[in-house]
Amino acid sequence: MTDPIAAVEPAVDVHEHAGAGDSQAHHHSPEQIRAEMRVYLIVFAGLGVLTAATVGVFYLFHPAVHTAIIIALIIASVKGFLVAGYFMHLLSEKKVIYGVLVLTVIFFIFLMTLPVSHHANPFGS
Amino acid sequence: MDAHAHAAGGHAELEIPFNVDPRPDTGLYNAKLGIWLFLASEVMLFGALFSSLILLRTGADSWPRGYEFLNIKLATLNTFILILSSVTVVLAWSHLRLGNLKKGRIYISATVICALIFLVNKAFEYSHEFSEGRFPKTNNFLAIYFTMTGLHGLHILGGVIVFLYFLGPGAKMWAKEPQRYTNRIEVAGLYWHFVDLVWIFLFPILYLM
Repeated sequence: MTDPIAAVEPAVDVHEHAGAGDSQAHHHSPEQIRAEMRVYLIVFAGLGVLTAATVGVFYLFHPAVHTAIIIALIIASVKGFLVAGYFMHLLSEKKVIYGVLVLTVIFFIFLMTLPVSHHANPFGS
Repeated sequence: MDAHAHAAGGHAELEIPFNVDPRPDTGLYNAKLGIWLFLASEVMLFGALFSSLILLRTGADSWPRGYEFLNIKLATLNTFILILSSVTVVLAWSHLRLGNLKKGRIYISATVICALIFLVNKAFEYSHEFSEGRFPKTNNFLAIYFTMTGLHGLHILGGVIVFLYFLGPGAKMWAKEPQRYTNRIEVAGLYWHFVDLVWIFLFPILYLM
């Protein structure tokens, strides 16, 4: 059965806005998009390997708690970089997004240091 | 004037600018800037919970180890499933950019299936914990575990609803505005990758430490 939505030819070519300025959706030729898709698959494989590494290190080497935390966070950070950099295409984004993220990181660091400041100067002391 | 109204079938139809074309000042279409601002607020939401986890853990005399009783195999499987769903949604967007709605919808469907498998696995995990008498009230670790994974699960559910909309009634937009539909999938995908990103950190912190 023909899908009524898929059967409708797009009224506007999705590439006709080439040069309009948006970083991802408008600029790339079909060849570039296919090349990006191959990159996505490579990143996917990398994420799979890193996930296996996270669990593998834990089971094979039974690291001490502090070592486990450091290893797990390093691997998670690399995975986070791959997802944010390639899937969310942050490696080639507009300045305004970087600005938003810099502000977010500053506040996030503040949040993460709150527990530290609490222990340095606990309430009531 | 950026926005202008024109009569259409007796109704004044407001045309919202920069739905497809980027704003000259930001270089982004509206929804993309909007989703990044939303994701910034989400970082702070989950950041507050991560901060709470650090506070609870460093302040506790003893702290339960997640790997001693949580189901690591199922959580590892769920990690692979979420990563797979991230790649399927970005491939859906790529196929839409190529003008191929059929493949785009197939990959969006794959994303939804992955998300549902994730939620079913999570339900199995929760029911096992409950059957063992482990509830949020049991201790601080379980309280923060259920809060963080529960909130994450709600985000997964929200993503499923959005993708189902774009597979169903929302897909009608493709016929008239394919670029706008493609942009919507990109924005939904950015949200989805963020949900994946949160899990990438939740998994080792809650299950392996």
